[in-house]
Amino acid sequence: MFRPKKPSLPLEPDPAFPIVVEGLTKKFGNFVAVDNVSFNVQPGEVFGWLGPNGAGKTTTIRMLLGLLKPTSGKLRVLGYDPVMQTKAMQARVGYMSQLFTLYEDLTALENIRFYGKVYGLTRDALRQRQGEIIRMAGLEGREHSLTSTLSGGWKQRLALGCAIVHNPRVVFLDEPTAGVDPISRRDFWGLIYSMAKKGMTVLVTTHYMDEAELCQRVGFISQGRVVALDTPERLKQTQMRGQVLEITTADPDRALQVLKTAQAGDAPGGKIPFDEVALYGSQIHAVVPDANKYRRPVHQLLVNAGIPVQSVEWIAPSLEDVFISAVKTEDS
Amino acid sequence: MDAGLTISTHDLVKRFKSGSSAVTAVDHIHLEVRRGETFGLIGPDGAGKSTTTRVILGLLRRDEGQSSVLGFDSMHSPYQIREQVGYIAQQFALPADLTVMENMRLFANLHNISSTDQKKRIPELLKFAGLNEFTSRLADRLSGGMKKKLALACSLVHEPQVVILDEPTLGVDPVSRREFWNLLGHLRLEKGLTIFICTPYMDEAERCTRVGLIYKGQLIANDTPEAIKTLVPGRLLEFTPSKFVPARNLVSSMEGVLEVQTYGAMLHLFVDNISLRKRQIEAAMNSNGITSSGMREIQPRMEEAYISLVTRQEAANHV
Repeated sequence: MFRPKKPSLPLEPDPAFPIVVEGLTKKFGNFVAVDNVSFNVQPGEVFGWLGPNGAGKTTTIRMLLGLLKPTSGKLRVLGYDPVMQTKAMQARVGYMSQLFTLYEDLTALENIRFYGKVYGLTRDALRQRQGEIIRMAGLEGREHSLTSTLSGGWKQRLALGCAIVHNPRVVFLDEPTAGVDPISRRDFWGLIYSMAKKGMTVLVTTHYMDEAELCQRVGFISQGRVVALDTPERLKQTQMRGQVLEITTADPDRALQVLKTAQAGDAPGGKIPFDEVALYGSQIHAVVPDANKYRRPVHQLLVNAGIPVQSVEWIAPSLEDVFISAVKTEDS
Repeated sequence: MDAGLTISTHDLVKRFKSGSSAVTAVDHIHLEVRRGETFGLIGPDGAGKSTTTRVILGLLRRDEGQSSVLGFDSMHSPYQIREQVGYIAQQFALPADLTVMENMRLFANLHNISSTDQKKRIPELLKFAGLNEFTSRLADRLSGGMKKKLALACSLVHEPQVVILDEPTLGVDPVSRREFWNLLGHLRLEKGLTIFICTPYMDEAERCTRVGLIYKGQLIANDTPEAIKTLVPGRLLEFTPSKFVPARNLVSSMEGVLEVQTYGAMLHLFVDNISLRKRQIEAAMNSNGITSSGMREIQPRMEEAYISLVTRQEAANHV
């Protein structure tokens, strides 16, 4: 009897890059959500995938997970093609969304066991793994608590535990720390690093720029396109179109107004070519072409406007400065 | 009444029954927010931020103590409070199938704003929020940041003196968060608006004129961000050790190390003397075969202060 021959699928058990994205494009009708995106992630790397809301971050992850078909481009996850070899790929990756898809009316342990069975772990393997997960997530003593009674940080670590119950070699974390308190966020990043040390490859999205600083490499996506891709340190050196002045003042709101007026050229002292002026915590970050040249004029401008200024200092840019600069460049 | 006082609570208590026991969600909280302040209520999920907010607004009954807004008691005059206060509830969603303009009109009508006033105020607010070019767009079609700005504009349509915002920027990207805070800064300056905001973002806490840290229903600090940062003892040393766990265990027991915090693959140590302890730590790690990179002093931020205060509170509760 004639059987259609299954296409022979080349399995690459140990590819150089666990995640490969080449020329990836996704269109929804006329809207280009992801536009010719390329990047690779190395084994054991913690890779940050960053961008404004609606920039295409989650759409990229959905395609990597084989949940959405690309319009064009090439994808490989652990050597598998997420479109053609969805099942084989999905069995080897973990995914945690910001919604913490846990069953609220099951206990912590029952959630882990449920996910373990979904991933087809044997009884013995599951018994060993559930202990490991409980310890890793610091859930000792909470095994039998109903998930609905756990606080945000516990739930978050439980959700991560469930996402990696099958020991995946790649894990995708989509805004895993949204709305979680700082202590839990730190514990969580401790977990991410201990997983990466054991060789797990991590792709993570976040809106917290201090977390982005913790990634070994980051990609910025804006309006579907990659606008920057490098280590946080290198991005700070290469991506800024200017130098950052940090202004400390008792009245940042009013200082900001004065600086914005000078940016528009309406100030008595003339125009100052700020690339960006924005509040940063309780301070102001102003991006100028030449920090040494503009430090004194900026100070003088504020003093003349009757604003008490503690200091105007030239500082190294933060990743948030880079992010805003990169996204703005893309907009204009 | 003190004319400058906008929001105040004294010994405020709110309990929730849970089966046969009761949970104290708000535990004897004292707060005073003055006119023109931007007050941030900061704390983890479940600390009591939203409950405190709802009791102040008169949406929940208090069990003990006092709470009032602009001199109106939360329990006795909730309607007067609602007329004077703009409120964005947590996870608040605008009707998605109404346009930007229809949403504004809906809120204006709910507050019985005359159509003459609406014609004047609504374009002003939309221009202010940067939404004047999107009046006919469905709310559902706005970006995350624009939705939050529209919610803010809607909450201001009855020209309140106070706005109470419960996690208004949750899940919003850094650029949009900055824009939202710039709007709040303008409002405070130009309209003298008093702002009461709950947020989990520590960098936003730095933008408040005063901050209350709430933990397990109790207010554990209440001061300016600068003053709160000085509550942390010692100076802050940052480095990346080659072996994380052994390094953490080693430095935790060293003399002069007041507190150890982890930061991704890095360690943050509060020490009593930077140059002395830096040398000693490097030497101790060296003799244990641990190398380190990027060791330097950094300025503590709100986040380090928060972690330190909560950790100490936790330890005090266990004594």
